[in-house]
Amino acid sequence: MSRLHVDWTRCDGHGSCVELLPELLERDDWGYPLALGSLEVPAALEEHAWHAVDVCPLLALRLLA
Amino acid sequence: MSHTLITALWWLGRGTGVMALVMFTISVVLGILTRSGRSVSWLPRFAATDLHRTAALTGTTLVGIHVGSLLLDPYAQLRLADLVIPFGGAYRPLWLGLGTTAADLLLAVVVTSLLRHRIGPRAFRLVHWATYVVWPVALLHGLGTGTDAATPWFRGIAVGCAAAVLGAVAWRTSPSFAERGWRRIPRKAVS
Amino acid sequence: MTSLADVTSPMAVLPPEGARRLLAAADPSLATHRATFGPMPVPLDLVRLLDSAGLTGRGGAGFPTARKLRSVAERGHGVVVANGSEGEPASAKDRTLLMHAPHLVLDGLALVAAAVGARSTYLVTARADVAERVRAAAQERGDRRPVRVAAVVDRFVSGEESAVVNRLNGRPGVPSDRMVRVYERGVKGRPTVVSNVETLAHVALVARWGPDWFREVGTDEQPGTFLASVSGATASPGVYELPYGTSLGQTLRSSGARPGDLQAVLVGGFHGAWIPAHDLEQVRLTRSDLQPYNASVGAGVLVLLGHDRCGLVESAGIARYLAGQAAGQCGPCINGLPRMADALTALARGHARPGLVEEVHRLRGLVAGRGACSHPDGTARFVASAMRVFADEVDVHLGGGCSVAAAR
Repeated sequence: MSRLHVDWTRCDGHGSCVELLPELLERDDWGYPLALGSLEVPAALEEHAWHAVDVCPLLALRLLA
Repeated sequence: MSHTLITALWWLGRGTGVMALVMFTISVVLGILTRSGRSVSWLPRFAATDLHRTAALTGTTLVGIHVGSLLLDPYAQLRLADLVIPFGGAYRPLWLGLGTTAADLLLAVVVTSLLRHRIGPRAFRLVHWATYVVWPVALLHGLGTGTDAATPWFRGIAVGCAAAVLGAVAWRTSPSFAERGWRRIPRKAVS
Repeated sequence: MTSLADVTSPMAVLPPEGARRLLAAADPSLATHRATFGPMPVPLDLVRLLDSAGLTGRGGAGFPTARKLRSVAERGHGVVVANGSEGEPASAKDRTLLMHAPHLVLDGLALVAAAVGARSTYLVTARADVAERVRAAAQERGDRRPVRVAAVVDRFVSGEESAVVNRLNGRPGVPSDRMVRVYERGVKGRPTVVSNVETLAHVALVARWGPDWFREVGTDEQPGTFLASVSGATASPGVYELPYGTSLGQTLRSSGARPGDLQAVLVGGFHGAWIPAHDLEQVRLTRSDLQPYNASVGAGVLVLLGHDRCGLVESAGIARYLAGQAAGQCGPCINGLPRMADALTALARGHARPGLVEEVHRLRGLVAGRGACSHPDGTARFVASAMRVFADEVDVHLGGGCSVAAAR
């Protein structure tokens, strides 16, 4: 089980991560990713989490062990 | 080298050059779309980013074949030095030099992009600005060096690409572009 | 029990008695410092002494000092920073300590540097007079590698650990992402200890008289004394040195306030929580007593609210201040804090509208934990406590009135 970490100093509310992980994230009032529950990534979603980390244009995401 | 092979290399060089221009046009437009943070109805944000990268990498590969085939083609008179040092070539040195410049800048952009997680967002973004130089220089190189520059089909492609990029850049510089992110969402004044 | 094996020089002076420890010296000169506290100690194992003493940080977070030192000591080639930023407006203890007893802080700084193997030491402050006093004190000592005194901007988040390190690295003094650990990469990329100046002063005392002496006052879980900044509805605002475990009622009386004259006390500063008047007598200044209020002693800030002011109005003012003090890096904070302050202000001014209370709570949930530092978390905690402790007043305001205005 890995955990998604948001570097808030980089995040600009772009929204790609929310598109790729709708089970974990939604957008808040201002477009920033909001955890629906926990930011623990189940094995089934790990591939999408890696994709989200890779695709974020601000390099604001990390996947921690 | 047989005449057939030489001709094949010449056509390959020209063909990949044109296709590379098309790929980079797609990449620039999608890059601006990515920057906007907006999604087009049928294209989610992450897909725009993925396509932007795929188009750029495809274009880069095509440039690689473009340069490679022209290196092998004796009529192109291209030397290895011309890949790095612009404006020293034998055939149409000015226009060729533009190609060298574009290719070298492109290399910097691609390498920093592939290493972006290592170098950090600031360095990555800084080098990425060079793409606004790469594209027009590549277009000028195509129009100047290109054997097919005078043909209507190439002119059509060039005009189409230019229109796409100019339109995207006009949108990029318009005030309504800046709509996403906290820097652009006005917050209620705190009295 | 700590043996005498750790002491290498006889103490020429007796340790301070009671709670007057940090502020025991009569003036800030080096001569008086040595006369009051004796010469510079040379402990064999400072970290072990601090571990036994149970010293925790006095900057607000209360992190165990020995553990902090250990993580830098084991990495080697470190840097030590004395944090005197004091961005909290209701706090005056750091500047008071530095003006009154700079040598105690500088002793602690040197001791920690020796213990972790650091050769560079810094001290940061937002005030020019403090910087001047520390520089003069450093001059008096004649160290080979004197402490480098640097200025930080006088803003609320300037004192955050990574913000201080960023400032010393020549970058804007705002916090870094939580993943950045200053004990791994700090000033000039080296493992860095950032300690509050008061913590370092306690280190200087523990190194002289040992953990048993340190634990003579305070509680088992929170030994020793701390500096409290008392302000608001009191006849004698100022900085007081208190043992942990003192009751709030006792503290208030010592500082010239009367618990009966108060509505509530804000404990822990602007990121702390309100304690209502009826609980003031029995609540002691310890972690366990304050926990049910979601408060902690923090950096020892106590703001007294008299009956002449409305708790909601004051809280809304503090929330607006905190919103304005956001570093501006993180979306949820820069958007959420002002909007939460606006909602609380609307409530304070009696501009009730449906769902206003729910809006305050919703925004609280949106900002907490969603920033690089704990500024949004602390602000949310403060707002939650204001809504809870002044709940009756909330109802009055929803009806368009205010108890304090009505009383006038």
